[in-house]
Amino acid sequence: MTITEKIMARAAGLSSVTPGEIVDVQVDRVFSHEKLGPLFFDKFRELGLTVWDKERAILFADHGNPPSKASDADLIVKTGKFAEDYELPFYNGEGICHQLMPEKGYVLPGTVVVGTDSHTTTYGALGAFSTGFGSTETAWIFNKGKIWMKVPHTLLFKVSGKLGAGVMGKDLALHIMKLLGPDGANYRAIEYTGGAVKALSLDGRMSVCNMAVEAGAKNGVIEADGKVEAFLKGRTDQAYEMVKSDPDAVYEKVFEIDGDSLPPTVALPGSSSNSAPVGEAVGTPFTRALLGTCTNGRMEDFRVAAAILKGRKVHSKVRLQVIPASRGIFRQCIDEGLVQIFLDAGAIWCNPNCGPCAGGHYGLLGKDEVCVSTSNRNMPGRMGDSSAKIFLASPAVVAASAVNGKITDPRDYL
Amino acid sequence: MVIKDRVLEVYPDNVSAELIAHTRYITALTPQILGDAAMLAVDPDFHAKLKNGGVMAAGWNFGCNSSREWAPAALYHSGVKLLIARSFARIFYRSAINIGLVIMECPNITEWVKRGDELETDVATGAIRNITAGVSGKGTVLPESLLRIMTAGGLMEVLKAESGKK
Repeated sequence: MTITEKIMARAAGLSSVTPGEIVDVQVDRVFSHEKLGPLFFDKFRELGLTVWDKERAILFADHGNPPSKASDADLIVKTGKFAEDYELPFYNGEGICHQLMPEKGYVLPGTVVVGTDSHTTTYGALGAFSTGFGSTETAWIFNKGKIWMKVPHTLLFKVSGKLGAGVMGKDLALHIMKLLGPDGANYRAIEYTGGAVKALSLDGRMSVCNMAVEAGAKNGVIEADGKVEAFLKGRTDQAYEMVKSDPDAVYEKVFEIDGDSLPPTVALPGSSSNSAPVGEAVGTPFTRALLGTCTNGRMEDFRVAAAILKGRKVHSKVRLQVIPASRGIFRQCIDEGLVQIFLDAGAIWCNPNCGPCAGGHYGLLGKDEVCVSTSNRNMPGRMGDSSAKIFLASPAVVAASAVNGKITDPRDYL
Repeated sequence: MVIKDRVLEVYPDNVSAELIAHTRYITALTPQILGDAAMLAVDPDFHAKLKNGGVMAAGWNFGCNSSREWAPAALYHSGVKLLIARSFARIFYRSAINIGLVIMECPNITEWVKRGDELETDVATGAIRNITAGVSGKGTVLPESLLRIMTAGGLMEVLKAESGKK
């Protein structure tokens, strides 16, 4: 069996499962946030439902926090009230769910983690099975702790070698989008392996698994290793199993990528699957840059960007907005002197939250503005006006481009 | 459940959940606001077209990207009676069933229906008849348990029945 099949089998109380089989899965953790939880809170109360395990259902206010609209404030109040009444952990303003879930020790290898957010696929980086659900079904999971799922077929990506200098997990994620297209992994699991994946930091792996859903995948997963163990040290006292795929595991399709020759990659506006080597976009002028989000708001991302920005200035026509994914990351950026570097370069440093990525607040794009962003989506209107254009890229590309005022190959700045 | 109505529009592949219910129009999570927001970022004439027919057709991967249940909820509250697509994105598909939005997968639907056609669709058997064009096709039939959730008005209705409240 594959990692995904093994985790689903264990969670369904079965010795084995096969793709296509529908199983009732016991969930280890479930979460929601202020944008999609309020869709079920009232009904949950009205029906007199209870939460199956108060320590396993978690709430966040991260998408529009602090709120810039009174209606967003109402959603946060509603989420806080639900957390209070049902005695659930609630993280209000501490950062993005997809960083806090792992950081707070809620995500362990071999476990099943679900929530009302499509980018829940991120936690596959820790060797967990994780996927998004709608609000109504999440209400069901809050109440029962179980949910039916179809065991997915798995696509295997073998990435050999080692990514070059200035090439990051994000570049690999964007390259894979090109191979799969917007629905090439629909209903499927994606497993990533090979030397270049093993060599990625946990932060880099989180970028890769984060974007699995952009190809329609149910989940993305990477076998857990010592890097995951090191991250979890001090964050959990629970035992966990680092699940591996069997040598005879069956994959629906195997893709081979040469990691050594992968260039920095950007997605041209419209879809994350419109990706191409950065060379095809080099020289494109833009005025807005975003460094952060659940895809790239972590320590490695800021360290790489800061190394490029150190001693340089952001171009006078560019507004570079920097948003750490959590308070812990914010603190560490202070401790490592990175915040100083960003401020000296002329960037705007923000509080941890989802930022303008989801199009709700905090740095939206106006008519015809062009943005280079480390986020995961770039369909028309994603970050504001429908005429605005969004290029998706790695933190290295965003930092180098922000200095130059034009899309730039970061290898020129190393 | 048999639905006889006209096709309001045939939408393309990869219509994103983000655009079906765009953040800029969702000022509060009420049925009225959700319904009014439906499809505006994709098709500003959606609500006018809805007056001429309650059946939506679409290409591959309808409802992709975001997990926002706002998207199927917006279509449901706008008054869409039936949505047939060549395929659906996973979260949208589950959410639609779970809120009682009537949907059907039909891998070649966009090849033989066009705007204004009158369709007669039997959700339980998958039979789709294009009365206007005089052709028929077949959609995927949901397993009995899911069909029951969808036609009962969604998962909350099932929970309501379970909890003994009505």
